Amino acid sequence: MKILVCISKTPDTTAKITFTDNNTKFAEAGVQFIINPYDEWYALVRAIQIKEADAATQIHLINVGGADSEPIIRKALALGGDEAIRVNAISQDSFYIASQIAEVAKQNNYDLIFTGKETIDYNGSSIGGMLAELLELPYVSLATKFDVNGTTATINREIDGGEEVNEVQLPLVVSCQKGVAEQRIPNMKGIMGARTKPLKVVEPVAVDALTSVVSFELPPPKAGVKLIPADNPEELVRLLHEEAKVF
Amino acid sequence: MSVLIFLDQSEGHIKKNSFEAASYGAKVAELLNTTAEGIVFGKVNDDLAALGAYGLKKIHTITNEAVNELDSQVFANVLAQAVGTFAAKVIVFANNVDGKSIAPRLSVKLKAGLVSGAVALPDVSNGFVVKKNVFSGKAFANVAINTEIKIISLNPNSYKINKTEDTAEVAELNIQIPEAKVKVTAVNKVAGEIPLSEAEIVVSGGRGLKGPENWNLITDLAKALGAATACSRPVADADWRPHHEHVGQTGLAIAPNLYFAIGISGAIQHLAGVNRSKVIVVINKDPEAPFFKAADYGIVGDIFEVVPKITEAVKKLKGV
Repeated sequence: MKILVCISKTPDTTAKITFTDNNTKFAEAGVQFIINPYDEWYALVRAIQIKEADAATQIHLINVGGADSEPIIRKALALGGDEAIRVNAISQDSFYIASQIAEVAKQNNYDLIFTGKETIDYNGSSIGGMLAELLELPYVSLATKFDVNGTTATINREIDGGEEVNEVQLPLVVSCQKGVAEQRIPNMKGIMGARTKPLKVVEPVAVDALTSVVSFELPPPKAGVKLIPADNPEELVRLLHEEAKVF
Repeated sequence: MSVLIFLDQSEGHIKKNSFEAASYGAKVAELLNTTAEGIVFGKVNDDLAALGAYGLKKIHTITNEAVNELDSQVFANVLAQAVGTFAAKVIVFANNVDGKSIAPRLSVKLKAGLVSGAVALPDVSNGFVVKKNVFSGKAFANVAINTEIKIISLNPNSYKINKTEDTAEVAELNIQIPEAKVKVTAVNKVAGEIPLSEAEIVVSGGRGLKGPENWNLITDLAKALGAATACSRPVADADWRPHHEHVGQTGLAIAPNLYFAIGISGAIQHLAGVNRSKVIVVINKDPEAPFFKAADYGIVGDIFEVVPKITEAVKKLKGV
């Protein structure tokens, strides 16, 4: 089986979010970057588990980004990817990225393509669905469990207030979230091995983005907490009812 | 031209998120001097003409059983045909489980720019710019859609529902439906619970509860408030509560009108999932808990003493 795992570089979950260039760019100075947690903890680890159960499995990683993505790509290789492809391009929008990934996917006949459910920076939840449409493949989003038996995938998908079980024939695209797998830490053997694994750099194809970010803004600061004495919780209920009017 | 709103249903009922999408879509239509129409897939038991109350002039139904269950490929195909038939220029989804599945596919199919997670009406004064949530609630981006057809996926609880007395015309749409490749073999729903994504009030518990045996503290207050219940990551990881209740960076991101955080310290990863809540109440015995910085109201005190009193006060207020 050939699996493609899409990985994105995102700021660390604890990063302070600020903007530069008249609020048009994310301020990267001093920010630590990580593999998008949904891509790493769920999509990649589940692919690795599938390979552990079937050694013939090949895991390819793909990232659309500049050379500064390479540390996170190496980390993903250390966790267990076999080889990586970096499309040497700066993200313009979800459609642009999905189109770049689709171009690579078309040349490699993957049985399975995994993405995280969203990136923690753009929160688009769009790459998986766009990729599936570009490749004319079925797509199951927000998976909480993924199993494959022969050419049949059984997937639990989040629905409002529960889950449903989907059965789909490979090939397909799946977006992964919590439940699909558990976070892993790369071991020393993996880290050493990752240095010599292939990391191919390809140039992007010409694609016009459909959207563009005009500016960023931060939410207005909170006015500050109104503290109510612990011996008067009734006052809290009164304030919520009469002042905040939330019930 | 028109604005077309995808009205999502579950078990024969239109979802609340879709009423928000309908109100939003009607306002977008007003901004563009056109009309808003809804489209419903599958068999629905609700009175669809009543959806005119949200500003929709017409509701198109496709009652074919083949679209009772979601296959994003089929839905996107059928929607694209409908968009062509009505010459729709803006398509609005609720950014919920189904919207996230269908909207990106439709965007590719129609080469229509998509903004997912919109939190405000588009600014049409110079182009078409939509404000969306980014960095997991820590910031917003104003995104221009540069294509002729535009798709917006509206974040739940981001737009206030407007209701009138109007009714809509309901008409069946005849469209070719391709065969589904995704088969739904089982549905597991927790009966009688308010889905977290739709809840206006959420009561959430953390490690301060000390164990699952104390959860009645949370559920009693939630019941009194008519709220959904949630929890922090350590609580879900320890299996005190089911994983679908986990809110935060790696769990569900929610934006209720009121979020009650009980015994949760407020790590930055937790805040990322709840910081779009309109009012945050924090109850914690530790005055240094970082959550107080993000809160609107707070009580520093023993949750085991304070919370039951709050529950009683809510019950008294509501006269139960």
